[in-house]
Amino acid sequence: MSLLTVENLRVTFDTETGPVQAVRGVSFSLGRERLGIVGESGSGKTMTGRSVLRLIRPPGRIEADRMEFDGQDLMRIPETGMRALRGRRIAMVMQDPKFSLNPVMRVGEQLTEGLRRRDRLGRAEAVRKALAALEAVQIRDPERVMQAYPHELSGGMGQRVMIAMMLIPEPDLLIADEPTSALDVTVQAEVLQILDTLVRDRGMGLIFVSHDLRLVARFCDRVLVMYRGRIVEELPARELMAARHPYTRGLLNCLPRIGGARGPLPVLDRSGDWADD
Amino acid sequence: MTALTDWLTDPDPKSRAQARLGQAWLSWLRLRRNPLAMTGLVIVVALLVLAAFAPVFATHDPIAQNLGQRLLPPGTPGHWLGTDDFGRDIWSRIVHGARITLYIVALVALTAPVLGLVIGTVAGYAGGWVDTVLMRITDIFMAFPRLILALALVAVLGPGIFNAVLAIALTAWPPYARVARAETLTVRSSDYIAAVRLQGAGAARIVWGHVMPMCLPSVIIRVTLDMAGVILIAAGLGFLGLGAQPPLPEWGLMISSGRKFLFDQWWVATMPGLAIFIVSLGFNLLGDGLRDVLDPRSAGR
Amino acid sequence: MTTSSPNATVQRSLSLLRGLAGAMITLAITLLGLLLVTFVIGRVVPIDPVLSIVGERATAEQYEATRIALGLDKPLWQQFAMYVAAAAQGDLGTSIRTGAPVAEEIARYFPATLELATLGTLIGVLTGVPAGVLAATRPGSLADQIVRLIGLMGYSMPVFWLGLIGLLVFYGQLGWVGGPGRLDPVHQMTLDFSLTQYTGTILIDTALNGAWDVFANALSHIVLPAGILGYVSMAYISRMTRSFMMNELGQEYITTARVKGMPEWRVIWVHAMRNVMVPLITVIALSYAYLLEGSVLTETIFAWPGLGSYITDALFTADMPAVLGGTVVVGVVFVTLNMLSDILYRLVDPRART
Repeated sequence: MSLLTVENLRVTFDTETGPVQAVRGVSFSLGRERLGIVGESGSGKTMTGRSVLRLIRPPGRIEADRMEFDGQDLMRIPETGMRALRGRRIAMVMQDPKFSLNPVMRVGEQLTEGLRRRDRLGRAEAVRKALAALEAVQIRDPERVMQAYPHELSGGMGQRVMIAMMLIPEPDLLIADEPTSALDVTVQAEVLQILDTLVRDRGMGLIFVSHDLRLVARFCDRVLVMYRGRIVEELPARELMAARHPYTRGLLNCLPRIGGARGPLPVLDRSGDWADD
Repeated sequence: MTALTDWLTDPDPKSRAQARLGQAWLSWLRLRRNPLAMTGLVIVVALLVLAAFAPVFATHDPIAQNLGQRLLPPGTPGHWLGTDDFGRDIWSRIVHGARITLYIVALVALTAPVLGLVIGTVAGYAGGWVDTVLMRITDIFMAFPRLILALALVAVLGPGIFNAVLAIALTAWPPYARVARAETLTVRSSDYIAAVRLQGAGAARIVWGHVMPMCLPSVIIRVTLDMAGVILIAAGLGFLGLGAQPPLPEWGLMISSGRKFLFDQWWVATMPGLAIFIVSLGFNLLGDGLRDVLDPRSAGR
Repeated sequence: MTTSSPNATVQRSLSLLRGLAGAMITLAITLLGLLLVTFVIGRVVPIDPVLSIVGERATAEQYEATRIALGLDKPLWQQFAMYVAAAAQGDLGTSIRTGAPVAEEIARYFPATLELATLGTLIGVLTGVPAGVLAATRPGSLADQIVRLIGLMGYSMPVFWLGLIGLLVFYGQLGWVGGPGRLDPVHQMTLDFSLTQYTGTILIDTALNGAWDVFANALSHIVLPAGILGYVSMAYISRMTRSFMMNELGQEYITTARVKGMPEWRVIWVHAMRNVMVPLITVIALSYAYLLEGSVLTETIFAWPGLGSYITDALFTADMPAVLGGTVVVGVVFVTLNMLSDILYRLVDPRART
């Protein structure tokens, strides 16, 4: 059975120079699996992820023939229904904890907020759950982190807090939007490991948005390759390195390889049919 | 016409002038779509026309008294805004008062920004203790409430339009100095300034010829936004009897003289106040629209 | 790992103290500069301070004696040092008009201004912040345009003219509010002779005394001038709130709050507002300071016996010590408000503390 079905999703921004389409007719479906979305910046991969939560700010508009999550039509349900889905059933981890955590609220308050407001838990119970969640993302001194402000945390620490915050309500679907791009390479692996374990253990669906093909190939079951708001190729992750589509091949050829030829990396060839409107 | 707009909107301009004019054209298009800003522009243009052709628009002499025609209400034939306590036509006085208002605005706009620009660029370019001292002085002047400092200055200099202008200019420069300094700090370390220095240009030449022109745009935006405030302070000084002196038809002064008849002949104080309000609203609307168009950060495009 | 350590709180308060010390030094320098400016103005004024005290018919000996008593025979820098020393002890000179110490007179006039400006700021904040938030959450909407227009109108209105129109309509025509002055004469007598004056602010004093009829009368008098000042303040605060709020609503942590399923009111009034508060504190302090200044003209219109009236009255009688004393006091209040907002800023923004 499928957790999420998206058919012909379009995201349009009305600007002064006329409408600009960021996503133009994307369709895919997702079970309790890990789906990667790759592409260059501006390919519409982030917009696709955020559309599922209906979190595109005006002047952006979302249109789709069908967008269903667990039998509910995401295009039709009112904002209150959408709010009940957000956080509790669909969550999202964003790129940079420096910006995605509220700078003037203590970490503890941000962690327990959802539990207390949304799930109406008592203070002690919420704190207990928050501490457990921090331990689950391998934070060794959760009490101290609860008292800290986001700017007092390192990037890797902040991203763990973010993951803990999003996984507290045990959602069915997690959207991870470049969750490690803003982190140091040494921390990236740790954070990914944590994310991987949690998603596996709890059997969630995952949409993993990234520009890093190797990461996606290793981390996901299936991959969508996006270019200029469209899906140009869909394939199992283990076959990604052997992809046939010229754009995907182009992306792959741009990756430097240890032991590979030392010449300049090739420039992406955008002359095929797929690159036209 | 279409050839001209095509030339202006050419995505691939052939010369720097064309690119710049094209940008100006786009800004104008954006401004034209903002009805509030266009209202402001119309008001400011109307003020300019009114002041330039005051004798044409005025129906009477603004100063000659006619005691037989005292305190006529608005709508009286020949005096559509009524007359004041000396029988002078209020409309004609307002029309001639536009000249005084423009005179004050123009003088302040020419002096305060220049003073601020010089102090700000020098402080920003010199750095070190010069910067510290100049900025401390700026802070001290900023610590004074503008109107009250202007009052104290006029008390020293004596009342009159020119002294009022001087007092306003002396209190209005600090914000310009701040803006100019900030701009200078970003320009100072740029490569082209280094290039000019390598060619052997002295500090004065660099500041005057290369730093100051870079600060001008942001200063000009601020001037437009400040004009309404200048009009209000000038009117306030006039109202207190410290600006223009009778029988000059200065708007603040006119309100003050109408105060005695407020409850019986309301129009004497109300009409010049409306004039002040409309004109400063015009400057505010225009300045606000201009900032939206010219300052990309606040435009939200 | 986190930088929080067991004595993080101690370190935080230490750095707060260090910031305070720096602020105090800046404050001292600014105040000194302030006094220098008023001193210079006082020296170049074409009014002879000796003559204005001793009068036209004084003998040369009397004139000289007063000159020496005022310290005018000493070099300028010594005169300035004396001026600063006196001001530091709260001595702002003697009023030529009344012969009373300026500082004492100002202490009597100031509460009326404070009451007016405080109520005005309160009105400005209570209307301006919601209006700004409303505009920021619906950019480009009709509500946004209306808030923008009302704000720009407030920026463009000569406050003395607005006061006159207010008096004409609400007092002269409708009779809804009390006229000029702080109280009707009857109630003024009650206040002067049978009530304890704790603060000099009538609303608070009468409430503490439980004299509600006087309170009601004072309220009917203050509501119009405070409402007018409040409108001016609202114009400023609503525009700034809108721009700060727009900026915060575009931030990523707002998306985080929405992803957590927080209702829109909480996203705006808790998540965004706590961040908006940081710069808004400075704006509110600034607008409070502007109202103290705006009160000069407003008080003239409403015959409000405050600092503004005091300064303008002194101006017309060429009472320079009073004018300059008033200027110094307003300047000091300006600077103090700035410093207070700076301290508050550090308290509200955790990033400014470390």
